[in-house]
Amino acid sequence: MSVYLKLIWAYLKIGLFGFGGGYAMLSLVQHIIVENGWLSSQMFTDIVAISQMTPGPIGINSATYIGYVSTGSVLGSALATLAVVVPPYFLTLYASHYITRHSDSTIIKGAFMGLRPVVVGLIASAALLLMNKENFGIAGSTDNFISIALCVASFCTVYFTKTHPIVVIILAGIAGFLLF
Amino acid sequence: MNNLYLQLWLTFMKIGAFTFGGGWAMISIIEREIVDNHKWIEKDEFLDLLAIAQAMPGILAVNISVVAGDRLKGIKGSLAAAFGTILPSFVIILAIAIFLTPETIKNNEVLTRIFKGIRPAVVALIIAPVITTARAAKINWKTIIIPVAVAVLIYSGLPVVSNPILYIVLGGIGGYIYYTHVTLKHRKEDRA
Repeated sequence: MSVYLKLIWAYLKIGLFGFGGGYAMLSLVQHIIVENGWLSSQMFTDIVAISQMTPGPIGINSATYIGYVSTGSVLGSALATLAVVVPPYFLTLYASHYITRHSDSTIIKGAFMGLRPVVVGLIASAALLLMNKENFGIAGSTDNFISIALCVASFCTVYFTKTHPIVVIILAGIAGFLLF
Repeated sequence: MNNLYLQLWLTFMKIGAFTFGGGWAMISIIEREIVDNHKWIEKDEFLDLLAIAQAMPGILAVNISVVAGDRLKGIKGSLAAAFGTILPSFVIILAIAIFLTPETIKNNEVLTRIFKGIRPAVVALIIAPVITTARAAKINWKTIIIPVAVAVLIYSGLPVVSNPILYIVLGGIGGYIYYTHVTLKHRKEDRA
């Protein structure tokens, strides 16, 4: 099987079976990399590191990067990215249409009544999961103290002063450069 | 700018370009752009869009842009929004893959310091929508147990109960049962 087909197949699987976004998808990406054997595990670690330092969803980042590195062409990059995006695109679009069309049904109304508090919990869980050593440094260290202070300051800025979140990210980056 | 497709595309490109740390980190920016600034979508409707995006497989950030774009301008709108979200990361990563080695990025001291500052801020950007969505979902002292339990169980990392999909399914079914057995009955009694 050509490397292009392998790549498309791998990212179709990642797109269709990757639930929960971001880091939840990583284990699947890692599994497929190992399964194929045509990408070294070092590359996987690299992708994670690069994804943390570049904007955008990690699923897109890994598809674009592995697509290019494994084929040496922009086409490979584009194909892998499309493969991970297109099938979920149609599923999500269909779900969105279906729900809009049946928005008056008892089932949809009831389901969303239950889903709203769940989504609040899902967002909270994402925040909890990111409160780790990678993002906040080792507990008790100076870095840890600065990170917590930056987190609190960012929260107050975005929540109370209604500053645009993008401005907060830029300010935090400058603060990080100056403080660490 | 009168062209809504162009606006959607540009807005989601902005969102894509400043999303660090995955789909959830994007919620603050999306909420600010499409709910507060452009007023394209209501706060409670935004919550429903998040539920759909999360329930579907694939990349959360892309799914959110698909439902938001579709809600505003149908299929073409969803394409404009999804394409906008993907483009910045595609271009940046491609440039890195072509021109740089991973080591240049990983060992760059300036970038490392900047991102040590950005990461805790990203966490703050995820905490903020917890509060705004809790308000939109009209969470009270009785119902607060639901998001707290969901968050703690997912965080626990235990098998089965740490899977977010479980709570999408339970929330949907539980909501339906509550709605048909409690909400609708109350309404009937009120009318009687």
